[in-house]
Amino acid sequence: MKLTVWTYEGPPHVGAMRVATGMRDLHYVLHAPQGDTYADLLFTMIERRDHRPPVTYTTFQARDLGADTANLFKTAAQDAYDRFKPQAIIVGASCTAELIQDDPGGMAETMGLPVPTIPLELPSYQRKENFGADETFFQIVKALAKPMERTKQVTANLIGPTALGFRHRDDIQEVTTLLSDMGISVNVVAPMTSSPQDIAQMGAAHFNVLMYPETAESAARWMERELGQPYTRTVPIGVGATRDFIAEVAAISGNEAYLDTSRLRLPWYSKSVDSTYLTGKRVFLFGDGTHVLAAARIAQDEMGFEVVGLGCYNREMARPIRAKAKEMDLTATITDDYLEVERVIEQLQPEMILGTQMERHIGKRLGIPCAVISAPVHVQDFPARYSPQMGIEGANVIFDTWVHPLVMGLEEHLLHMFREDFEFHDAAGPSHHGGHAPKPEDGGGPAPQPAASPRSLSGKMNEGSVIWLADAEKELKKIPFFVRGKARRNTETFAAERGVAEISVDTLYEAKAHYAR
Amino acid sequence: MTELPRLPTSGGCRNTPILKQRGQREVFCGLTGIIWLHRKMQDAFFLVVGSRTCAHLLQSAAGVMIFAEPRFGTAILEETDLAGLADAQDELDKVVDELLVRRPDIKQLFLVGSCPSEVIKLDLAKAAERMTQRHAPSVRVLNFSGSGIETTFTQGEDACLASMVPVLPKTDDRQLLLVGALPDVVEEQAIGLLEAMGIGPIKVLPAPRAGDDLGIGENTVYALTQPFLGDTHDALTRRGARHLPAPFPFGEEGTTQWLAAIATEFGVTPDLFEKVTAAPRARARKAIAQAAEALHGKTIFFFPDSQLEIPLARFLTRECGMDAIEVGAPFIHKGLVGPDLDLLAAGPTISEGQDVDLQLDRAKSAKPDLTVCGLGLANPLESEGLATKWAIELVFTPVHFYEQAGDLAGLFSRPLRRADLLKLEGTQ
Repeated sequence: MKLTVWTYEGPPHVGAMRVATGMRDLHYVLHAPQGDTYADLLFTMIERRDHRPPVTYTTFQARDLGADTANLFKTAAQDAYDRFKPQAIIVGASCTAELIQDDPGGMAETMGLPVPTIPLELPSYQRKENFGADETFFQIVKALAKPMERTKQVTANLIGPTALGFRHRDDIQEVTTLLSDMGISVNVVAPMTSSPQDIAQMGAAHFNVLMYPETAESAARWMERELGQPYTRTVPIGVGATRDFIAEVAAISGNEAYLDTSRLRLPWYSKSVDSTYLTGKRVFLFGDGTHVLAAARIAQDEMGFEVVGLGCYNREMARPIRAKAKEMDLTATITDDYLEVERVIEQLQPEMILGTQMERHIGKRLGIPCAVISAPVHVQDFPARYSPQMGIEGANVIFDTWVHPLVMGLEEHLLHMFREDFEFHDAAGPSHHGGHAPKPEDGGGPAPQPAASPRSLSGKMNEGSVIWLADAEKELKKIPFFVRGKARRNTETFAAERGVAEISVDTLYEAKAHYAR
Repeated sequence: MTELPRLPTSGGCRNTPILKQRGQREVFCGLTGIIWLHRKMQDAFFLVVGSRTCAHLLQSAAGVMIFAEPRFGTAILEETDLAGLADAQDELDKVVDELLVRRPDIKQLFLVGSCPSEVIKLDLAKAAERMTQRHAPSVRVLNFSGSGIETTFTQGEDACLASMVPVLPKTDDRQLLLVGALPDVVEEQAIGLLEAMGIGPIKVLPAPRAGDDLGIGENTVYALTQPFLGDTHDALTRRGARHLPAPFPFGEEGTTQWLAAIATEFGVTPDLFEKVTAAPRARARKAIAQAAEALHGKTIFFFPDSQLEIPLARFLTRECGMDAIEVGAPFIHKGLVGPDLDLLAAGPTISEGQDVDLQLDRAKSAKPDLTVCGLGLANPLESEGLATKWAIELVFTPVHFYEQAGDLAGLFSRPLRRADLLKLEGTQ
């Protein structure tokens, strides 16, 4: 048993729902108790879908337990077929149904439905959402895709995008453009946007673009082996990665490499003098493996940040993340426990966090700016506007998104200059970002405040044993708030290393000199 | 007392045959109740023993609350726990020990059963007993089930409160017990009105803290503030307490009748009742009149969700001038919602349980002006042109008693006003 408050990933059947909901004319019959339908609202609310997910739940209740649940399943499957007339059906069990051992796959096969019925084995007590999506897509492809003659022109399948995917909708468009500029058209985009009939046509493409390894790597491998389709290894997030991706596609397809950079703004924006202040900003990266790997490269090579830590919550990507960390001389944080992530962040005191919805809240709590780079995300990260992560426009979007929470260069300078000014003091915080705004007075606002005490499940929060003298404390306050945390930590470390028990103004400045870069 | 509400001339719905259907149900499980219960019971921790699905459900339903260090969590069962059951009990001890060390402020710990824990028959009652002994006297450990196979949405609160009743100390004091978790502001209003009539002492279940001197016995009378408390009602009756049946305190009429039932029991004079309620009644009527303008003559269709549907339909039809087409509830306890059914004019289909596809067919062909439903159905129905009011808000928002009557009507009129305001289609 493991005590959990927040989970980065849902159970595997939610992954299967992401595949089913992304597709058309496919229905998912899920053997699950009453209540599991809660997952529908992830799609109708967070992703704002205007249709119910194509999922029929058997919704068995306590009184059904015993022999009856098997019948319930058969009725539900028959009703779902009669009502929705899908081209194919996937069937599986949720965590509870897994325990009652009804074997939905076997039962569905004996029903003789006139469409392909694909059974799913999703071990709910070992695996999670991403595995569920990957496995489901793999099973669908394996059941429906066949070797066939290639299209006359060079075409590719885009594989991996699903419902509830972080920016999947717009990434599809961006990658389609990249390929189109090279004279390559898209055969099938799957699972998102495709029907079972489309899946059956996947063999006609010359190669596969593996957009998201988390959700389609198994299918990509299978198609490489069984259909002879190579797949791309580079995920085109960031300028460098997009260039590498283009080169890789050129090598696979034989088409000439071409990248239209007329709309690409990240390199110039990053070079422009206002961005100088970004140099060496210490960032921590956390999320799914793919987005973290991409972000690490962008942060280091394209933004000029210093990556001080990185990690992922999906163990499936632990190996590449560890390799990347080693290359950067860091230790990877591979965990699905947000408290551990919080501990690492507290210890590293980065100037910025790039993470998920959870890291956004950790950032809020610790007063560290944060931008979201990966699922899981809330409704605001399924925006109405076009905002891909991949390709040319993706790079532009990423530059804006990452820079926005930081204090702008000029603003940082002005805060330095006028920090004693009564209207423009540093506690006022940057004008555009609520994270540093003074906390509302007691009872002043409706915003839920974190429980005051005891602070958290993580328990500990020991203050160092070093004492700050009043003068030093006062001097510390003169340092702008956005570097004050680092200054405090550096000074305390400096003092502790030298066995200094009391920090004076001199200690503060000695430490500053010591850490000066 | 004040004037009695007119019974509907067409007869009420008490004896209307109930449409009972079985099939796919689009509802929450009882675990969801934890989300508001943990705010109400300030020294309680709710530990769900379940799967990743349970944790994911709580996280999805609790939204931003999850980031405020909530006093609930899930002990996620793993492969090894399923292999041998003796293990599971040891594992649970370990998780609880760890938890109580980290959160020494916890005085009541609820072990909450889920579908997986019920199916493998993990004995949480025994675990709770064992832990109570182990952690006595600082922590009391109780258990109840919020599993989807046994409970629907608000029934989770019922199961929780019912689990507390047997361990309440006995008292012979003549007292009034208000049963049901309400937002603090609403609870204070209710107590304020009753005390102004000289009624007391008044106790509430659930009490904000375990240490509060809540006892129960044969001289206790109780009023329910929520319609979904069937098991709690039974448990209280078993302890000798007596129920005061009344319509539920929604709207001006519901609140007045609910108060009147208690006032009658405590021998409050009509003059005093009138004096205490006149001003807030007038305020409520005025507020409802303003908020309900958009609701007059509009039709409404309720999908089952919380068991609040019948009392709310009564309020909306009688005080806001709406016409009910179908009133669906996950479960109908006539002993509790009988007085509301009496006041609800015959006409609407009263349905219990659900086959969601068939019910959607009914709703789509009836084309109601407003459909009250869950979040999984709301956007799909909106996209088909049906205005919706998502139901879960009715459980979280303060809606009971006089001062909230206008807000309650407002929750229903807002989607209709919005539909009128937006000029999105066919702009030329």
